[in-house]
Amino acid sequence: MADSSVRTGDRLIADRTYLDATSTEPLRPAARAVLLAALDEGWADPARLHSEARRARLLYDNAREVVAAELRCRADEVSFPASGTAAVASGLTGLLRGRRRAGDVLVHTAVEHSAVLRVASQHAAAGGRCTSVPVAADGRVDVEDLTRALDQDGAAALACQWASLESSAVQPVETVARACAERELPWFADLAAGAGRLPVPSGWAVASASAHKWGGPAGVGVLVVRHGSRWRDPAPRDDRLDPRVPGYENVPAVLAAAAALQDMAGDADRARRQRHLSDRLRRELPRLVPATVVVGPDDERLPHVVSCSFLYVDGEALVHELDRQGLAVASGSACTASTLEPSHVLAAMGVLTHGNIRVGLTADTGPGDVDRLLSVLPGVVESLRERVGAPR
Amino acid sequence: MTASVTLDCRGMRCPQPVVELARTAAGLGNCEVLLLADDPATEVDVPAWCRLRGATLLESGRDERQRWFRVAVSGEAQRGA
Repeated sequence: MADSSVRTGDRLIADRTYLDATSTEPLRPAARAVLLAALDEGWADPARLHSEARRARLLYDNAREVVAAELRCRADEVSFPASGTAAVASGLTGLLRGRRRAGDVLVHTAVEHSAVLRVASQHAAAGGRCTSVPVAADGRVDVEDLTRALDQDGAAALACQWASLESSAVQPVETVARACAERELPWFADLAAGAGRLPVPSGWAVASASAHKWGGPAGVGVLVVRHGSRWRDPAPRDDRLDPRVPGYENVPAVLAAAAALQDMAGDADRARRQRHLSDRLRRELPRLVPATVVVGPDDERLPHVVSCSFLYVDGEALVHELDRQGLAVASGSACTASTLEPSHVLAAMGVLTHGNIRVGLTADTGPGDVDRLLSVLPGVVESLRERVGAPR
Repeated sequence: MTASVTLDCRGMRCPQPVVELARTAAGLGNCEVLLLADDPATEVDVPAWCRLRGATLLESGRDERQRWFRVAVSGEAQRGA
């Protein structure tokens, strides 16, 4: 008979180096402590009037205020849907609905998160128009192409990410904000990659983020709709604390998410340390491994992300071999995805898509972890190249 | 005379088509290669290889079943990977 009882992992993973913060940052200890305390204190229905409810409500309001302060907006503009993807779907779809009379063209960059591209497909399927703005080889959007797209008749909104967890590129957000303001076009900003890591840009109308990317718990997305934005809720409205997100609030999780954001954003030294480590990886990898392509810009990039591609290497085999040697990294190569298609971000940049790894430094990653990767990678790449018979 | 060769990499997954292209280029020196492939990653990776290895992508195209790339390889650029 199958054992259907709930179990947790029963094996300790010893001597591992986790370098996949682009997929998820491990839960911050500060967030874990808050989560455990809030499970005891914030379980009651925050929409009721009794003492237990008011206590939960207090924690919920506190979470909104903390997140609002970090994202430079007002507390009542912040919502907590169940994921970053849900935040994108609701935020961008609602913006397009609100702008229906102004126009039907969604302008977006070619390197947006797949959640944004799925909203674009849905918009196109419903008869709307979309313009995809290309990026340069370093992953940054071309400002002239962007403004030309915004100047077309019927332009309704711009979806432009702050930064990319795939390429590490930070977009020219000040120019983007100015271009949108000059044309009175709303900017939808996917803030997921940079929140808690770099000073948050302003000038957007609607934004999305995801708490597990900054060391909060899973299941907490962030949607911000600025006052004055023409945004029409695509879902039926609920009559609880926040009409933008239907259903019962997960008070402990959102409070832990807020604690993690505060913890990450409050540590300015971490970003400096990470930049130093990622600079080192970007410098050393092509020196130690021949025929290596380092992805993304040298300066305008996220401090904790390094993406590179090794010529003639099978990305799936590379991830497995590094894992066998105790290192966890992500990859944008086609063979590591559920489809045969390589990462649309790498493809849009025109950089080598095979043999790709994406290193995401966590808040606890130290020089020793980078040393370990640098000592293991050259040999692994060489043996994988030999295995496929690559020319020397 | 420049050697001309057709390389059928249909059915191969990345990075094998690019590996085959590189091996052919390394073996022949100055040559023109017509590469046939059906792996979607070749669309990005063959032009990327050409830039990295100093080869010239003369022409590329696709239909429902395959992609093709006509590549001019200079023997000089292939020495030393």
